[in-house]
Amino acid sequence: MTIGLVHYLVVAAILFTMGVLGIFVNRKNLIVILMAIELILLAVNINLVAFSAYLHDLVGQVFAMFVLTVAAGEAAIGLAILVIYFRGRGTIAVDDANRMKG
Amino acid sequence: MSYAANLAMTLPELVLGLGAIALMLVAAWGGQQSTRAVSIASVFVLAGACVALAGPASSGGAAFDGLYRADAFAAFAKVLIYVASAVAIIMAPDFFRRTAGDDLKPEYPVLILLSACGMGIMVSAADLLTLYVGLELQSLAAYVLASFMRRDTRSAEAGLKYFVLGALASGILLYGISLVYGFTGTTLFDGIAGAYAATPMSGEAKSLGLLFGLVFIFAGLAFKLAAVPFHMWTPDVYQGAPTPVTAFFASAPKVAAIGLATRVAIEAMGSATDQWRQIVIFAALASIVLGAVAAIGQSNVKRLLAYSSINNVGFALVGLACGTPEGVSGVLTYMVIYIVMTLGSFLVVLQMRDETGEPVESIASLSGLSRTRPGLAAALAIFMFSLAGIPPLFGFWAKFAVFDAAVKAGLFPLAAVGIAASVIGAYYYLRIVKTMYFDDPAPAFPRSENKVEGGLIALSAVFVSPLGYLLIPALGVWTTAAAKALF
Repeated sequence: MTIGLVHYLVVAAILFTMGVLGIFVNRKNLIVILMAIELILLAVNINLVAFSAYLHDLVGQVFAMFVLTVAAGEAAIGLAILVIYFRGRGTIAVDDANRMKG
Repeated sequence: MSYAANLAMTLPELVLGLGAIALMLVAAWGGQQSTRAVSIASVFVLAGACVALAGPASSGGAAFDGLYRADAFAAFAKVLIYVASAVAIIMAPDFFRRTAGDDLKPEYPVLILLSACGMGIMVSAADLLTLYVGLELQSLAAYVLASFMRRDTRSAEAGLKYFVLGALASGILLYGISLVYGFTGTTLFDGIAGAYAATPMSGEAKSLGLLFGLVFIFAGLAFKLAAVPFHMWTPDVYQGAPTPVTAFFASAPKVAAIGLATRVAIEAMGSATDQWRQIVIFAALASIVLGAVAAIGQSNVKRLLAYSSINNVGFALVGLACGTPEGVSGVLTYMVIYIVMTLGSFLVVLQMRDETGEPVESIASLSGLSRTRPGLAAALAIFMFSLAGIPPLFGFWAKFAVFDAAVKAGLFPLAAVGIAASVIGAYYYLRIVKTMYFDDPAPAFPRSENKVEGGLIALSAVFVSPLGYLLIPALGVWTTAAAKALF
């Protein structure tokens, strides 16, 4: 069996779904949410690179580089916000993020 | 085309980007006492970017091999974005000085500049890559701004929620982008438009990949717009973020997001109008209804204005759903009037504080405002009547423009339901007016010695008052020219 475009797309779709579920189903820890976000972005990168190879077109790989770079910046900012949140509250449990209601 | 000609078309972004970097250095060396200088310089940089819009930046067309487009539509949106950003900078220093323990840091205006630069790229994007980079530049700066009062647990929580849901939205948008790229073979809007036109979107041979890509991209954009069903972050973020930041979120990024959504819908996916129209109509009606119904029970004024912004995005989407030049010009008219109303309301919210200077946010504290601060009460009443769309005020014209376009495009059910739901929305706006004018006075807010804020409130009140109708001919010419640039 040769591995074709469809296989890559299926893997990416599964990873994307796992990432989204990781954000919504996870009730424990905010770090897990950050990991789930990375999972989503990596799923997108697999898609982009697979399409790029399939189409013989470089744009997809350039796009993947941009996504990687932005993901690094996003993770840095996310962790920074997480740190100030932890300093104020002393917890990073998802269920405790409930200062505002209505 | 020469490189210099390309750069000339991106002049506003260059001014903002280089200005932000230079001011960041000033802030790093000058420290806390440079806040005032950096703030003033930032407002001038925004004014400079506005000036730079004249010339090739508003009429040059495609730049950088089609990655970026400098047209009248982008220029129109950019003017709104820059004005709203400048107001967000001007209204900040007093708020942070009063709020105990947190003086304004010079990074605040720099972050607003970076965000404004990202928003400019968003509305000028003519390629999915430019779109993504602009959107992320805007969002990353906005996450930091939301948690700017880092000792305040609510602000940190607002930043955290904004970050998590914003990153999820970017992920969904990106997944859509990857599908559209894969099934069209290009990321340029022109190429995508060609691919959508060449593929039948219904019947046996329809392309599921293109449809899925379209749905994911619109879901991601709806997140950024805070349109229902992707609105859940809005009330928490708007309540927790510092008030000047909330005012910023409710104005400039909304213009940028709706500008981006309009460009993607018309330029890239214009031939799939029937497909995205269903999504936009659903988001529009759901936003109008939920924004109106959920606001009724609110007791916090910032939360109420958050639901009001959801409600207003719904009305703007009614214009987009038309997919016609009239619809797009209606969207632009709506955004002009909406940002003035919303910035005015937030400027009034900034005046709400107790004797110690701590901000108060409950609607009950507004009771009897007409006796303690008649001018402020009158201004807020004007904004509320205008947001409700009561005829003599300018807010009515905004709603009229989008519903007129919807009727002309033959979307009668959409217009009928939208108008009926706007009546529900009027209830909670009028409840604030009733609290101010007919309830027993609560402790008076101390008077502000800030003449600039008072002046801005008066200016926005005059703009949305019936005097605003004098601007309709000019506004009409301008929005029509901007809308034509997309078709």
